[in-house]
Amino acid sequence: MRRRSIFGTSLAVVAAMSLSACGGGGDGGGGASTTVRVTLANHVWTENVKQALPAFEKQTGLKVEITQLGEDQLSDQYNVKLNAGSSDIDVMMYRPLQEGRLFAKNTYLDDLSDQVKSNATWDFSDFQAGPVEATTHEGKPVGVPIITEQEVLYYRKDLLAKAGLSAPPKTLDELKAAAAKIKAAEPDIAGFVARTGKSPAVTQFSSFLYSFGGDFVDGSGKAAVNSDAAKQAFAYYGGLIKDSGPANVSTDMGWPEAMAIFTQGKAAFYTEANSLYKNATDPAKSKVSDQVGFAPFPAGPSGSKPYNIPSWALGINSSSENQANAWKFIEWATSKEQTLAQQKSGVPGARSSVWANPESTSTFPKDLVEAIAASTKAGVGHDRPLVVKVAEAREIVGQPIVDAITGKDAAAAADTANAAFQKFLDDEAK
Amino acid sequence: MATITTTKAPHSAPTAPGTPGWVRWVNDHRKWLFAAPAMTFVAALLVFPLAWTGYLSLTDAEGSVRAESEFVGVENYLDVLSDTERFWPAVGRTVTFTGVALLFEVVLGMAIALLLWRPFKGQKWVRVAILMPLVATPVAVGMMWRLIFDPNIGLANQALGWVGIGPQPWLAGQHTALPTTIFIDVWQWTPMVALILLAGLTSLSDEPQEAARIDGASTWQRFRHVTLPLLMPTLTVAILLRGIDALKTFDILYATKGRGGGSFHEVETLNVYAYGLSFDYNDYGVSSTVLILFFLIIIGAMWALTARRKEAQR
Repeated sequence: MRRRSIFGTSLAVVAAMSLSACGGGGDGGGGASTTVRVTLANHVWTENVKQALPAFEKQTGLKVEITQLGEDQLSDQYNVKLNAGSSDIDVMMYRPLQEGRLFAKNTYLDDLSDQVKSNATWDFSDFQAGPVEATTHEGKPVGVPIITEQEVLYYRKDLLAKAGLSAPPKTLDELKAAAAKIKAAEPDIAGFVARTGKSPAVTQFSSFLYSFGGDFVDGSGKAAVNSDAAKQAFAYYGGLIKDSGPANVSTDMGWPEAMAIFTQGKAAFYTEANSLYKNATDPAKSKVSDQVGFAPFPAGPSGSKPYNIPSWALGINSSSENQANAWKFIEWATSKEQTLAQQKSGVPGARSSVWANPESTSTFPKDLVEAIAASTKAGVGHDRPLVVKVAEAREIVGQPIVDAITGKDAAAAADTANAAFQKFLDDEAK
Repeated sequence: MATITTTKAPHSAPTAPGTPGWVRWVNDHRKWLFAAPAMTFVAALLVFPLAWTGYLSLTDAEGSVRAESEFVGVENYLDVLSDTERFWPAVGRTVTFTGVALLFEVVLGMAIALLLWRPFKGQKWVRVAILMPLVATPVAVGMMWRLIFDPNIGLANQALGWVGIGPQPWLAGQHTALPTTIFIDVWQWTPMVALILLAGLTSLSDEPQEAARIDGASTWQRFRHVTLPLLMPTLTVAILLRGIDALKTFDILYATKGRGGGSFHEVETLNVYAYGLSFDYNDYGVSSTVLILFFLIIIGAMWALTARRKEAQR
């Protein structure tokens, strides 16, 4: 799209509306087609699936048509097409924690209760409980988790050795000291790098929040982003980036920017989702591929509490007219064999039996496997506020992060954010 | 039946006696009939979306436009107009962005047009070079400048380093982001203004210039009192076209600073704000309200400019 103007934006919404008016019919012309239309995000998982597709097509006689988009474009696409009740998506890859509640609430996702019980060898009970919970709405499964993530510490072995450190930091205090030491010794290299954008940073900040003993909401469902623990976490995360981060740090970094700094050899420590590890260890993408080490998330006052979440799942569009074949695709793509193959190529899945199989982690770096094992033990099942309008909530609770990074008073920002977040929660509860 | 065909309107062609009634009807209404497809098209693509957006702006539609929504009257308008955190700053940024960008584009565009006005050797190549930014996709332009302005590895700071100036935050800074995006907009769209003005200049007749020269007017006097007044209609068109386009800039801002115009909404204009309300927050009611208000602002600006143009032509 060349330019999205005022007309463009309103047209998109309105086009969605006018399509919904003639919805129901759709363009399939009734009856199931043998073409399954699958919309997927840009991800290693997708690349692997594409390679395995011919076997599936041969086996079932179905034709699979894949639409592949970046995360933001994918989200926009769903907003327009699902709003319009469009039937031209059968299978959709979505983010249970980001859009799951909204989609389920709007009944965009088909109830999969019957499908998951239909095949005993496929075995739904094999999926880890946490991820399944995130893809369940009001007691009904609406998605099948395909990719899980935990936050781990990426580090540079050579820089640690140069600084005289024999092992990666085990606590957040040690991390802070080590980052400061390396930055002081090598002015061109940041001690620590992580996401800094208001919204992108929230998910990676969550592990810091939990490890300081906080959470986004307290036990009674009230906003808790100004608890003592949260204030400490904001000040710690922001301070670490401000003091030991890259020079001229921007407040717009998502994972591609932060990862680029790390893989260009410009940072010693980096906290990020494990599912992105190949970017750091692949010589084609990383200048420091042979020096990257992994460690469990450093412990804070409340111990090491990284998130442990399903980041992507597959669901069926409730307006699709091809649901039986859509399920065939999901069943195949989430089978034990496919999950094992995916995991061997570096995509952590959600099946217990696959994790129990040593073959599944044989290709992972050894220290990463240990870090993942530690993370799944004490992990927290969410990495952002569990609400319907996640994007809005992330912007609210992310504000103190960027304020802390730019050297503003993190505690005051946390108080402001908490009031705004409580108002948001009240509005949503209405 | 009358035997004499009366000519109803001057546009109606004379019809021979005895023609069937429908032919006469078609003849009488042909100007509407020929325009009908275009009018239907306009109605479907302009009036309907606008009316629908207007309707949505009076409801609390959110989450899904298919979900039930309640009619809330002007509540959204009151909310938006009293919002000093996001809406009014966005209005301010929209006006700043448009005003500053337009000023630079018109002044620079005029300078370039005057330089290219008189033929010189290699003029063809200079024209092509100047038009380069114009043919690039704005999103690609945004990406390119984002790389150049990267505070750590970008070319801009490296170049500053060669001449001994310290690194600048550019797009990353809270206060430098908006000026930087304005610079990108000026870089991309000045050629278009120059092109329009050049077309205007070449169509001017030479006689007034010659007369002024014979009267002994200096170069500046000739530009100020002859060229500029004659060029005024073209200039207004250029300002109008570019102004409306600058008001609704989206791609450059989105490609350089992402959603919400950056972590502190540094470059969040009305367009970026409305997009975020629709696609990030799923607040279709509020988003439509912002778009309707934005639409009114554009209509207002257009009206003011065309009124000025008529004045200038008088």
